[in-house]
Amino acid sequence: MIDVKNLSKSFGDHLVLDNISEHIHPGEKVVIIGPSGSGKSTFLRCLNLLETPTEGTITFEGTVITDPKVRIDQIRQQMGMVFQHFNLFPNMTIRRNITLAPVRTKLMGQAEADAEAGRLLERVGLSDKADAYPAQLSGGQKQRVAIVRALAMKPKLMLFDEPTSALDPEMVGEVLDVMKELAREGMTMVVVTHEMGFAREVGSRVLFMADGVIMEQGAPEDVFGRPQSPRLQDFLSKVL
Amino acid sequence: MFETLGKWLDYMLGRFHVAFIEADRWKLYLQGLGVTLEMTVIALVFGTILGLAVAVVRTAHDQQRPGRHNIILGFFNKLCNLYTTVIRGTPMMVQLLIWSFVIFSNSRNKIMVGIIGLGINSGAYVAEIIRGGLMSVDVGQSEAGRSLGLNYFDTMRFIVIPQAFKNILPSLGNEFITLFKDTSLVNAIGAAELTYYAQRIGGRTFDYMPPLLGIAFMYLLIVIVFTWLQGKLERRLRESDRR
Repeated sequence: MIDVKNLSKSFGDHLVLDNISEHIHPGEKVVIIGPSGSGKSTFLRCLNLLETPTEGTITFEGTVITDPKVRIDQIRQQMGMVFQHFNLFPNMTIRRNITLAPVRTKLMGQAEADAEAGRLLERVGLSDKADAYPAQLSGGQKQRVAIVRALAMKPKLMLFDEPTSALDPEMVGEVLDVMKELAREGMTMVVVTHEMGFAREVGSRVLFMADGVIMEQGAPEDVFGRPQSPRLQDFLSKVL
Repeated sequence: MFETLGKWLDYMLGRFHVAFIEADRWKLYLQGLGVTLEMTVIALVFGTILGLAVAVVRTAHDQQRPGRHNIILGFFNKLCNLYTTVIRGTPMMVQLLIWSFVIFSNSRNKIMVGIIGLGINSGAYVAEIIRGGLMSVDVGQSEAGRSLGLNYFDTMRFIVIPQAFKNILPSLGNEFITLFKDTSLVNAIGAAELTYYAQRIGGRTFDYMPPLLGIAFMYLLIVIVFTWLQGKLERRLRESDRR
């Protein structure tokens, strides 16, 4: 589904991603773990070109999206993204947060988008919040709305950038539950997270990133049960 | 004691009577006030449109994806840069004199010249205010918009600009108040606005104090009303922040 070839990214002199090649298959739930500063988030943000790679190519369903001539807005409509800090639009109601993109990109009419928003909000248990503003919601509720907002575009792939890192501990569960349900339905997911329990339970593949490279990867049982590199062993000893 | 005060009041009332009531002079103040307000409103609209255009060009230029620099946008960015630098770097008064005696030296319509001078001056300040406002919106907001597949202009229009507007309203209000008061400078190029009439009446009656205090009060009153309206608007825009 996504093919990454020789991806490098540097900010000034600082090399953040060092020649990464990786392939993400449809239906996979790829979980990326690693110490902070290892380039996990930058890698994820390169996948929908929120960061422009310095070198290398990214291909999404046969389209080379790193080509400057590609219509990136159309590509992004097929990839949902959920951010650490939710990034809901504070000037709009929850309903409008969800329906703005589908309506403006002509994916749906307003009535259809409203119905879809209602259906999605019901699924995450927030039907009564449709007319509220983001400031009136708790962190966990905001993040569930953010997931719904991305889903309203009917994406083929969902990117999660540390979706639970900014949440109070008691709200992490409600967000992870929504993500688990999404995984069960077969959504292709790439998740950067520090939730090792989630990685183990939901991940079909775990990537361990450090120093701008994917140092080790494999099934969750292998990565967590039989870590090979000393860096991963060290990392796991600190977080588990 | 009271007698002296009474005499003094009579004397002052007489002076104000001469300045405002006698020979229907109050009509001149109203006429001048009308011109002042007319110049303010037209220059305001003109300056805001100009400022918004300049701010959008400069912001769009700064936010281009690396490796996709647009040459036409680059040209307009340079032009806008030159414009704000020159306008903000020279005195308002000098600009008005140049508009009136150098560029439009043949024009009889000094009010129009004044409006052009004020509007173009205001545009440069408004542009910087709007640009600052656009940059003050968390970058995560436009990232969220773009990640949903919205294009640059929709993201600006529905997400960034409405939030920026709320942030810039206080400084924009200040700029509008400055513009309103700066209309009095247009007096220097001979446009018949409020200050012009006050000076003329002062000269005719040999008494400057009543007309000048009078118009100072009029300016003040309008600024107070405007500030009050602005506060009301700000409160309404804050509605989405309520918890």
